Amino acid sequence: MKEETLLESLHKRGVSRRTFLKFCTVTASSLALPKHLSEAFADSLAAAPRPAVIWISTQECTGCSESLLRSFEPTVETLILDHFSLNYHNTLQAAAGTAAEASKGQTIRGDFGRYIAVVDGSVPIGEGGSWSMIGGRSALDVVYEAVERAALVISVGNCASFGGLPKADPNPGDSFGVDELMAQQLVPRRPLINIPGCPPVPEVLTGSIAYVLAFRALPELDQYRRPKVYFGKTVHDCCNRLTHYVEGNFALSFDDEGARNGWCLWQLGCKGPTTYNACSTVRWNQGTSYPMHSGHGCLGCSEPGFWDKAGFYEMTFEAPAPGDGSTCTAPPQTPLS
Amino acid sequence: MNTVVVDPVTRIEGHLRIEAELDDNGTISRASSSGTMIRGIEMIMQGRDPRDAWAFTQRICGVCTTSHGIASVRAVEDALHYQIPQNAEIIRNLMNGAQYVQDHVVHFYHLHAMDWVDVVSALDADPATTAEAQTCISSWPNNSTEYFTAVQDKLRTFVESGQLGIFTNGYWGHPEYKLPPEINLLAFAHYLEALAWQREVAKVHAIFGGKNPHPSFVVGGMPSAISTQGEVTAVNGETLAQVGSIISEMRTFVDQVYLPDFMAIARFYKDWAGKGEGLGNFLSFGDFPQYDVSDETGFFFPRGAILNRDLSTIHPVDLNDPLQVQELISHAWYDYSVGKHTPLHPYDGETDPRYTGPPLPYDHLDLDAEYSWLKSPRWRGQPMEVGPLARVLIMYAQGNEAITESVNRTLAELKLPLTALFSTLGRTAARGIECKALADQMELWYRDLLDNIAAGDVSVFNDALFDPATWPADARGVGFLEAPRGALAHWVVIRDGLIDNYQAVVPTTWNAGPRDNDGREGPYDAALRGHHLHDPTQPLEILRTIHSFDPCMGCAVHLSDPNHSDLLTIKLP
Repeated sequence: MKEETLLESLHKRGVSRRTFLKFCTVTASSLALPKHLSEAFADSLAAAPRPAVIWISTQECTGCSESLLRSFEPTVETLILDHFSLNYHNTLQAAAGTAAEASKGQTIRGDFGRYIAVVDGSVPIGEGGSWSMIGGRSALDVVYEAVERAALVISVGNCASFGGLPKADPNPGDSFGVDELMAQQLVPRRPLINIPGCPPVPEVLTGSIAYVLAFRALPELDQYRRPKVYFGKTVHDCCNRLTHYVEGNFALSFDDEGARNGWCLWQLGCKGPTTYNACSTVRWNQGTSYPMHSGHGCLGCSEPGFWDKAGFYEMTFEAPAPGDGSTCTAPPQTPLS
Repeated sequence: MNTVVVDPVTRIEGHLRIEAELDDNGTISRASSSGTMIRGIEMIMQGRDPRDAWAFTQRICGVCTTSHGIASVRAVEDALHYQIPQNAEIIRNLMNGAQYVQDHVVHFYHLHAMDWVDVVSALDADPATTAEAQTCISSWPNNSTEYFTAVQDKLRTFVESGQLGIFTNGYWGHPEYKLPPEINLLAFAHYLEALAWQREVAKVHAIFGGKNPHPSFVVGGMPSAISTQGEVTAVNGETLAQVGSIISEMRTFVDQVYLPDFMAIARFYKDWAGKGEGLGNFLSFGDFPQYDVSDETGFFFPRGAILNRDLSTIHPVDLNDPLQVQELISHAWYDYSVGKHTPLHPYDGETDPRYTGPPLPYDHLDLDAEYSWLKSPRWRGQPMEVGPLARVLIMYAQGNEAITESVNRTLAELKLPLTALFSTLGRTAARGIECKALADQMELWYRDLLDNIAAGDVSVFNDALFDPATWPADARGVGFLEAPRGALAHWVVIRDGLIDNYQAVVPTTWNAGPRDNDGREGPYDAALRGHHLHDPTQPLEILRTIHSFDPCMGCAVHLSDPNHSDLLTIKLP
């Protein structure tokens, strides 16, 4: 199997240097990289070979894969045709059954230590692993094998990151996120990035992958192994309703005058003040909106255990300090052409 | 006896295993579908705030991301006799409608197409002929020899890199692939175009629900207050206009790409109009109210049941009748407190998982014992197929004008009889037929919303019963919805403001559930029985029929057989 660098691969596909640089600028911008790093970013991306990715789906709803399909910058077709080789993905791959498993096996053996393992979904360890079975094997077995030989593991979504919905009380299947499995030594410890969210913001997912492809290194991570560049601020800090919070204007019902005027949703249960994510900066679906902008409070879906915290319409107990919205970066708006 | 195992079945949402037992001629004598993943969401729902339930149950599926959320808020609203504003019903229709159109197109190109389209064969296509074919089947503007040459070059570069990515180990070159290379290239080009198109459609969910996947809903209406102050909320004059243009783009893509492509491909697979029939029993709960969900006479998709292919009688369906919808667990990894062989109506339903299958890892399940995480839903004791074919048959039987015209024209173009609908190809055609009907209807709902707003009605939420203090101590209700994949309902029992029981019976459970007490097959298993596998190591035929239970298309363009003199003679609808 011949390896080619990203730039060679792009040139063959008729991608001009100008377009390539634009991609780098957009991606760097979405990562909020300092300007002087943009050039290094471009060089690094150009020199990278097209790495193999295997995407393991366990206890999940496919919302994270759908999120991948919604990314505008870069798009899924750009990623899978030009930037990495997606050799296993339950929802997208042509092959099924043993042919699909063979593709995964070829990657694990042939790209030993060089591929990226993406995990999407929580992993149940109760009842012999029977709550999630793939090809007659337990999800734990499948994840173990994929993680053991991977260069890097990316947990996509709250389920893979923290256990998500299946782990919600009473955690009936004994389900855990990958990080917890590593901590319990149920799977080998490998470099790990968590990209939580239910699902993650599409461009947070693809931007994080682009960073790894470009730099061959982990981005700076927070205490939950989330890339700080996306998870460094609360969604409240950058909410376009923040001024109403500061001024004490709160919607008290979903369709009162306050709601129609875009007032703060904190008293309707918004978890924005305690939720670190990029919804209010990157926004969703090419900057179209995000939950608070469309009138519903934040559920807190990028935080560990959010299903078992206060009810979604319960006001959070402590009044949070108003954030400083002035440092928020604008979302990148230029799609990759 | 030789048994073919397909696990995982890919290009689907979720985790499915098929074990197919073959006779000496390579024909499937018994097929067994197994759901291999459970999360226990119904157990997690116990004791929670019913107003939160939509968010939990929405995560049952991230593909049909509106379906469970809406079914859940409807269940709670039904329990509380909670009236919601007309605008909220319209917005839910628009969101679910956008879901259908997006989902059916994505299913066709990204999940189902590779059962019929040999991607690698597209490298042998003459792009000029592909462009000619495109001209013949529709006026879609992305069409020129240069365009298809560029797509082919992109594919060639990809294949020659030696890294086939998601196309690795496909059954390329399998003799059951019948399309000429030019049509394969056309389909691959539209595979890529549909990826871009579906991102735009999802913006309808983002505007009204804040994000896609998993937009927001609320018990009592919709949370997306319509702005009276310009862009201070996401729903305002500008974004409402955007919704209108997205609906228009949706209709264009369905009319000019999806349906013509279906017809172009179906011409080469007419033998599949005689395979994959299934049960002949069909069920729809009905949906898309106009605009009162308690008035089933106004549903765009009617409610009803068909038994034994008998289109002359549409049986009424009552979701509250304890003798109609029931779930059995004889061959599923569950226990019931009333015993393994007693059916339960969902209000009294139980979720008590108990795995009794072989220790992992295993090569085969014990198909005569319990073999699936899916229960076996039954209607009046009968297994039923749900989904687009069920809906289209009911509408056809009732004489729905648009559906009847669409069905008749599709069959006439393909020179097939009405009975051809009872097949793998018919199921795929029905998806396209209803997709077009729905895309066209969305335009009317959208205008009604704008008319209401213009008349000063911007209400989207009713506050009256949002506070649990206003609720009775005991309440129960059912929320139903026709999801893209079929009839869906959530049953909720509320006690003292908290969830006492929550049961969801979902489309794929109807279609993929295991055999019941009496050994009667569900739709998947019945549809697969009798399939001849050309090569059991490459069970393409199984994928075709199983994938046909998820979405696809149909309509009125006509591409003739390759050995026919009127090749590429096309009539536009």
